[in-house]
Amino acid sequence: MSSTYGIIAVLVVAVGTMLVGTYGLRISRTTSDFFVASRTVSPWWNASAIGGEYLSAASFVGIAGLIFAHGPDMLWFPVGYTAGYLVLLALVAAPLRRSGAYTLPDFAEARFASPAVRAVASVFALGIGWLYLLPQLQGAGLTLHTVTGAPDWVGALVVAVVVTTNVISGGMRSITFVQAFQYWLKLTAIAVPVVFLVMAWHAHGARDLTGPEFPEFPKQTTVTFDSDTAFRVERATPYNGSGRVDGQRVDGGAEMPVGDHTVAAGTRLTFPQGAAVPHVRSIPSNTNDMWALPMRGGEQFPLYAVYSLIIATFLGTMGLPHVIVRFYTNPNGRAARRTTLIVLGLLGVFYLMPPIYGALGRLYTPELLMTGDTDAVVLVLPSRMIDGLGGQLLGALVAGGAFAAFLSTSSGLMVSLAGVLSRDVLRLRGVRGFRVSTVLAVLVPLGMTWLVGRVPVADMVGLAFAVAASSLCPLLVLGIWSTRITTTGAVAGMLAGGLPALVAGLVTISAGSRGEWFHVFLARPAAWTVPLGFVVMYVVSLLTPRKVPPGVNHVMVRLHAPENLGLRSQDRL
Amino acid sequence: MTAMWTAGAILLAGLAVVITLWRTSRARNDFLTHEQRITFETLHTAWSAAPPLRAGLVPEAAKKSAKHLRTLLGTPALALTDETEVVAWEGDGDHHAAEAMGLAADVFDTGRTRAFDITCSATDCPVHTAVLAPLTVEGRVVGVLAAYSREASAGLVRATNEVARWASGQLELAELDRSRTRLVEAEVRALRAQISPHFIYNSLSAIASYVRTDPERARTLLLDFADFTRYSFRRAGDFTTLSEELKSIDQYLALERARFGERLKVTLQIAPEVLPVTVPFLCLQPLVENAVRHGMEGKVGPGHISILAADAGEEAHITIEDDGIGMDPDALRRTLAGQVGATAGIGLGNIDERLRRCYGDDYGLVVETAQGLGTKISVRVPKYQAGVHA
Repeated sequence: MSSTYGIIAVLVVAVGTMLVGTYGLRISRTTSDFFVASRTVSPWWNASAIGGEYLSAASFVGIAGLIFAHGPDMLWFPVGYTAGYLVLLALVAAPLRRSGAYTLPDFAEARFASPAVRAVASVFALGIGWLYLLPQLQGAGLTLHTVTGAPDWVGALVVAVVVTTNVISGGMRSITFVQAFQYWLKLTAIAVPVVFLVMAWHAHGARDLTGPEFPEFPKQTTVTFDSDTAFRVERATPYNGSGRVDGQRVDGGAEMPVGDHTVAAGTRLTFPQGAAVPHVRSIPSNTNDMWALPMRGGEQFPLYAVYSLIIATFLGTMGLPHVIVRFYTNPNGRAARRTTLIVLGLLGVFYLMPPIYGALGRLYTPELLMTGDTDAVVLVLPSRMIDGLGGQLLGALVAGGAFAAFLSTSSGLMVSLAGVLSRDVLRLRGVRGFRVSTVLAVLVPLGMTWLVGRVPVADMVGLAFAVAASSLCPLLVLGIWSTRITTTGAVAGMLAGGLPALVAGLVTISAGSRGEWFHVFLARPAAWTVPLGFVVMYVVSLLTPRKVPPGVNHVMVRLHAPENLGLRSQDRL
Repeated sequence: MTAMWTAGAILLAGLAVVITLWRTSRARNDFLTHEQRITFETLHTAWSAAPPLRAGLVPEAAKKSAKHLRTLLGTPALALTDETEVVAWEGDGDHHAAEAMGLAADVFDTGRTRAFDITCSATDCPVHTAVLAPLTVEGRVVGVLAAYSREASAGLVRATNEVARWASGQLELAELDRSRTRLVEAEVRALRAQISPHFIYNSLSAIASYVRTDPERARTLLLDFADFTRYSFRRAGDFTTLSEELKSIDQYLALERARFGERLKVTLQIAPEVLPVTVPFLCLQPLVENAVRHGMEGKVGPGHISILAADAGEEAHITIEDDGIGMDPDALRRTLAGQVGATAGIGLGNIDERLRRCYGDDYGLVVETAQGLGTKISVRVPKYQAGVHA
């Protein structure tokens, strides 16, 4: 793909973000109408802002990539990301707002009045934030690599620098109107190309994906391998190329027999039109009709994997602090419910797009199945399907939108991470503490991008959700709905659920155990760690009844009594 | 097998080193002379008893301090009472707790230390005699310290007397803490009632001037006036939300604009994200009133006032700025230092004090001003603070 327009689009987004950060978009009015205006950040604005902050790299490029590789099971990702809001609203949003807590450590302190619970909650909030920030940076690296061919770390560094500068200079803190604009930018960037892509697909004869054949190269295609790659060939295929195949130097044409093969980094292979596409080892080789069926994603226990994914995404949303705070901007409960309804609609509309990219990818960019760069499918498709300037402009639009996604999600996360760091870890308050914390908050995930291998970004975000669902979700749900939870129980439950999930996640992203029978239990831990967290928290609480925090009934009244009953000012502790 | 032996030997050697180091560090105590050690131990015990005493004669805290006081006196049992009941019993023979108040009645009456003999049927009961000393705060007996032992001695009576006097000192400090808190609360109450008579007079005459020409506006202004006074006089709660406080400011400004007309220019930039933040009750409205007074005083042309509230991570930053006559920095410094008689600004000292009490010394008012150059007051408020609820 031509890089010029893509680079321009990424630059425009980055510079635009900086400018908005510097000059700020503030509401500036005279008294006559200010109050009415600022009190009612309308549910539409608020919902758009939530969408803008929430739609991350995983949503923009990750989901399409996973569907492209693994099929319809992965539709649970968008379903779960969206449904998480319903769970959040039903179980947590209103009591949390009444508690006055702005971060999860704040909630832990308000509910349990215990430094220990607060400390553990802070550690998990930090860990989850970093796990979530990491794929944003990786996604940026991937985008810039796809658009310009620059090494992966360049994109990560660009996003890190832009976001850090913005947060430190005080801009783009989490301004509702900026984030709301981001949602519509992202929707435009992903939806407009879809219209043209579907038209192009129709013009090319509307080929379907239900046949029993493997994905085929739509035309003669040259595949370049950036790293050592192992793949499986299902139909013997001729090729032409230079580099090392199966440890042998290759220069010229040959036939690749059925079976497993490896190629060295830097190898270039050219395949003829109509040849079946070999699949990289981490992706199951499926014919198109098998791909379109559920439970064919290549996991050992597909049903377990699906349920685990559902649990993690449904319950993990509430563990993301930058999301919860958005609900506080609603003036009342009714507006909060309306906001959630609109959020569900906005996210639903957005998530209609990635599956289309995933499916079209199997027809037009199947070579990504061979290199394993499945996350790039959204970025590559437009210029591949539409020739000439139109395709390049659409590609630039997608690249710019993807960059906007990384920037907006990262800044919201960075602000909340820096808050936790400065208050609970470094204990440096004020402006200086916040700046030091911001730098620290970005250095850790930036360092991690060098250490971890290439894990699909949506999988990585799935892990962050799994840890959140196993540690902070039990704390919130049981803390809000049970008076019997003790400080010991809260700490034990968070550790019992969160640590295994965290360790499983780290093992998966650093080493990987693909092929082992237990892989799925590490890659999708939520189905066993979430119940573990809940059970341990409740049982340990029952065993230590003397550690029930004092004044729990007062706290419960404050969490659950409606604001306008007049109960709140008297319940001083 | 040899590996195990080696590991065991290393482990033992390590243990030996640790024990030697520990012994050496303990041996430092030997550098103290006998008298120094006694002084050290006595003061250390007394120091340990002080913090719970500062909480007053309440059961939880009294139990903790009684433990240290008993160590100080070296008696088998010790009790603390307030004016109505025994709040702590430390040591053996607690079946005597019930009679303690009967003995104490005499001490409450006379305010002097007394010794009593106690008869007990239990053979192993160490309590045969009690020395009761009064705990006095500002000359009034508020409780009794009772030391129980096997036999009375002049030494015990004197020691008990001295310990009781020391404890009384701590209780007086506790009383001082309480009265400081009460003082600040009283100031807030005063501040609530401190709607200036001029303001009421000016508002009502401004409203009166609209009654004929613009009855609808007069009605709105009257409602603003009613809401504003209701908010300022409200009784419950030390905290409110920024949104409520700004609403009151809005009403206040509406009334002031009715008076000053086009001369009063107000700019507000409020980030909607910070509206639900909890702030101390009436911590901003007096600052705005101050800005209006300083901004419009001695001026013919228009005065500008700007109010900004911005989201700053875990804090909310609020600034109130005017371009008026400014304040004398020295007078202001005296006001903020709490000196009486200094009159720069309405309630600035009180607001500063309350902010520091709630959020710590990092969160006082920051005032930038000079005479003739306007005033800018900045307030930082943490979005969440334990124990602070609207």
